[in-house]
Amino acid sequence: SMSSEQNELTQTPLLKIWVPWVHSTLSRRRGSSVPQFTNSPTVIVMVGLPARGKTYISKKLARYLNWIGVNTAVFNLGQYRREAVQTYKNYEFFRPDNEEAMKIRRNCASNALTDIGAYFTKEQGQVAVFDATNTTRERRGLILSFAKEKGYKVFFVESVCDDPDIIEQNIMQVKLSSPDYENCDKEEALEDFLKRIECYKMTYVPLDEEKDRHLSYIKIFNVGSRYLVNRVQDHIQSRIVYYLMNIHVTPRSIYLSRHGESDLNLLGRIGGDSGLSTRGQMYASALAAFVQSQSIRDLKVWTSHMKRTIQTAEALGVPYEQWKALNEIDAGMCEEMTYEEIQDHHPEEFALRDQDKYRYRYPKGESYEDMVHRLEPVIMELERQENVLVICHQAVMRCLLAYFLDKSADELPYLRCPLHTVLKLTPVAYGCKVESIFLNVQAVNTHREKPPNVDINRKTEDALQTVPEHV
Amino acid sequence: CSVSKNNTNDMPMETSPRELTQNPLRKIWMPYKNGLPEKHISQRKVCMTNCPTLIVMVGLPARGKTYISKKLTRYLNWIGVPTKEFNVGQYRRECLKIYKNFEFFRPDNEEGLKIRRQCALSALNDVRQYLCMEGGQVAVFDATNTTRERRDTITRFAEQNGFKVFFVESVCEDPDVIAENIVQVKLGSPDYIDCNTEEAVADFMKRIKCYENSYQPLDEGLDRELSYIKIMDVGRRYLVNRVLDHIQSRIVYYLMNIHITPRSIYLCRHGESDLNVRGRIGGDSGLTSRGKEYAKSLGHFIQEQNIKDLKVWTSQMKRTIQTAEALAVPYEQWKALNEIDAGVCEEMMYEEIQEHFPLEFALRDQDKYRYRYPKGESYEDLVQRLEPVIMELERQENVLVICHQAVMRCLLAYFLDKSAEELPYLKCPLHTVLKLTPVAYGCKVESIFLNVEAVNTHRDKPENVDISRPTEEALLTVPAHQ
Repeated sequence: SMSSEQNELTQTPLLKIWVPWVHSTLSRRRGSSVPQFTNSPTVIVMVGLPARGKTYISKKLARYLNWIGVNTAVFNLGQYRREAVQTYKNYEFFRPDNEEAMKIRRNCASNALTDIGAYFTKEQGQVAVFDATNTTRERRGLILSFAKEKGYKVFFVESVCDDPDIIEQNIMQVKLSSPDYENCDKEEALEDFLKRIECYKMTYVPLDEEKDRHLSYIKIFNVGSRYLVNRVQDHIQSRIVYYLMNIHVTPRSIYLSRHGESDLNLLGRIGGDSGLSTRGQMYASALAAFVQSQSIRDLKVWTSHMKRTIQTAEALGVPYEQWKALNEIDAGMCEEMTYEEIQDHHPEEFALRDQDKYRYRYPKGESYEDMVHRLEPVIMELERQENVLVICHQAVMRCLLAYFLDKSADELPYLRCPLHTVLKLTPVAYGCKVESIFLNVQAVNTHREKPPNVDINRKTEDALQTVPEHV
Repeated sequence: CSVSKNNTNDMPMETSPRELTQNPLRKIWMPYKNGLPEKHISQRKVCMTNCPTLIVMVGLPARGKTYISKKLTRYLNWIGVPTKEFNVGQYRRECLKIYKNFEFFRPDNEEGLKIRRQCALSALNDVRQYLCMEGGQVAVFDATNTTRERRDTITRFAEQNGFKVFFVESVCEDPDVIAENIVQVKLGSPDYIDCNTEEAVADFMKRIKCYENSYQPLDEGLDRELSYIKIMDVGRRYLVNRVLDHIQSRIVYYLMNIHITPRSIYLCRHGESDLNVRGRIGGDSGLTSRGKEYAKSLGHFIQEQNIKDLKVWTSQMKRTIQTAEALAVPYEQWKALNEIDAGVCEEMMYEEIQEHFPLEFALRDQDKYRYRYPKGESYEDLVQRLEPVIMELERQENVLVICHQAVMRCLLAYFLDKSAEELPYLKCPLHTVLKLTPVAYGCKVESIFLNVEAVNTHRDKPENVDISRPTEEALLTVPAHQ
């Protein structure tokens, strides 16, 4: 109805989002403040023989989606089975003629689907990844009926691989350490697992170009040298396809570091575009020596557009790329202030920030949540690349680190990223190994913990309790 | 044999870091020596490839190759990758002057084959010129390229010149789609200027037949070493093989997001704001009463247009949201649609900018596209920030985008293929809706003024852009305000 209401707008104090204000209560907002990825929950269904990277993809995809703000959970059928069967004997459990086992496995699948339903309806889940072989048309049909009944979208991700080296590498990396093989030696485990794969091969019906032409799916061949993409339905599926097409498994390391200590750091002031202090310059030299000592193959170096990261990179004596997207969080009206000054001039803002540091947006500035969106192309390119050194800033580094280490939105803004310390991230198995290397040049501490009192009426001493020392 | 501890001879050692200076136009920090900026500072330009790329279209006639070529070229240029398309059909028309009929394309027409081969080589020559000498980064070779032999020729040519090759094949057997294609773009071709519709269609169908027998589609087995995307049935299905680098990955993503379903995109600014009326830029003010009237008119206009499943997008600034609120329909707020950040000049009048920052004001007039406000943004930055919006606009169907002057200029430049030089001066007046409808190879634009007066906010480039110009000359083109 064309009502003549020209509602007054009010800006929510935390997110700084303009919303209509009716009778001093927030009316049901017509405007959503984040673009809609999809209008119904989505079930991503993995398909493929064992040791084809399904769990690797599931976990990575879930990590990515959660990081960009899409609530995602992985439902690994193997775990349901381990809960149901307690002790794994050997591959015979997976024989297609093992009626007893078939019954258990079907039950597990059913339970997993029920849990998926609960995740969507009760836990605000948006995407569920159903990590199982799903190698028969019958099983996939079951999932499709379930989804259709509930109004969920379905997107299949099939991993096809016939390279025996890759498969063996897989098994070595992640299967031998599985709970299933706790009490076996490597050779026994390998042999049993290969027989397990054979059990599935007998009944494996891959997604078919003709018969499955109405389904939405991506088929990944040989770890990404080829993809077949069919009927992408919406934005989130398009993003998922793009992501899957950019990731790779080539071993490499990502080095994250902040710029050297800056003049404003020393003064306890946030933001700005100052240059390096003397110690900061020393760090830059130390970083150069460190990079050389690592003998990194084809290292790419990225900085922000801010003077302090560029000065740091300059000391390395190698080419580097400047990314505006790597600029430090924009503190808007609080740029170049000390925390004491922020408390003095904007005590309410200061308290709101402590209440929800992830979503809090500085007046005329940004929030951590905004930064994640701006950093998404950086993450995408990091996935494409191999060895990279990213010289950035505290808040930026926290966001990137949270992506690699699967940290929640609540943990993210409090991750420790001290000056003059390099974090070396190396993908291993399903996660990331982190090595923290302090380069032995002293620097001021810039990490402010969440104080116990976050109330807007708190006393100044309480607000400033956790402010690190500065000049 | 001895192993050296570290390559002290090879690695650049402890040279003191170069001094940095901030380039006054783009506010980019770069090293300088002897008072002069050093060259080749690596800027994050979207094209992440270390050599030029040749995109090779493949497919029978009327499969959308030229449509894809032009669209892809437009997109790549907009995001800052210098790209040009080379349509072999045009070379043929230049060579042959008059097109008689389909017989020219018969596979047994020796004379025709010779001419066509020459045209292809001539086009490749121009490609080399563009990529090697004119600063081009991507060339789109738009021809059928339906035989393996022709593709091998192109691949060898690319290897000789150090270009990467990426094939884009369009496969379609749906007779309706093909017929629609022919009607939309072939009938209007210079080839059929003197024919009636029926003759033209009949001839073109025979033309297609000439290619069909020798058509060798990209093959999963034989062509497994090539980099390509095979688009099937106008985007229902894609086969992607060996994507080599960033730019190819972006191209694939783009191609997988575009569609040809008819739809319209409506672009407009927020209603007139308080700061508009006072001649001040930026800020986050609300609507004037005329602005509110516009919002109401916009609501009526939308209703009258009877648009199917219209999506409404705004920025996160008060004035666009106030405008959307008057429509009484759901809308989505995009931070990426926020107006250009004028940094230290936020909420200033042009007169004040001239007074406080005359150098900045002049630099902006010298290169409005690349100029970055101190602690703010440039149009160039805006384009990068808006790229996900464009990508989503491509995915969507009917959308109304309520945004801001600089933002609207960037979006409009994308749809109308405007250069970086033209973009910052595109006219996007208040209270005027631009309705964009894709048609043939481009975009039809209808401009609808909704009959509510508003202040003019368009400042033309003044004649004198010198940094030492007098104040009157700097302020010559400032529009009137309170």
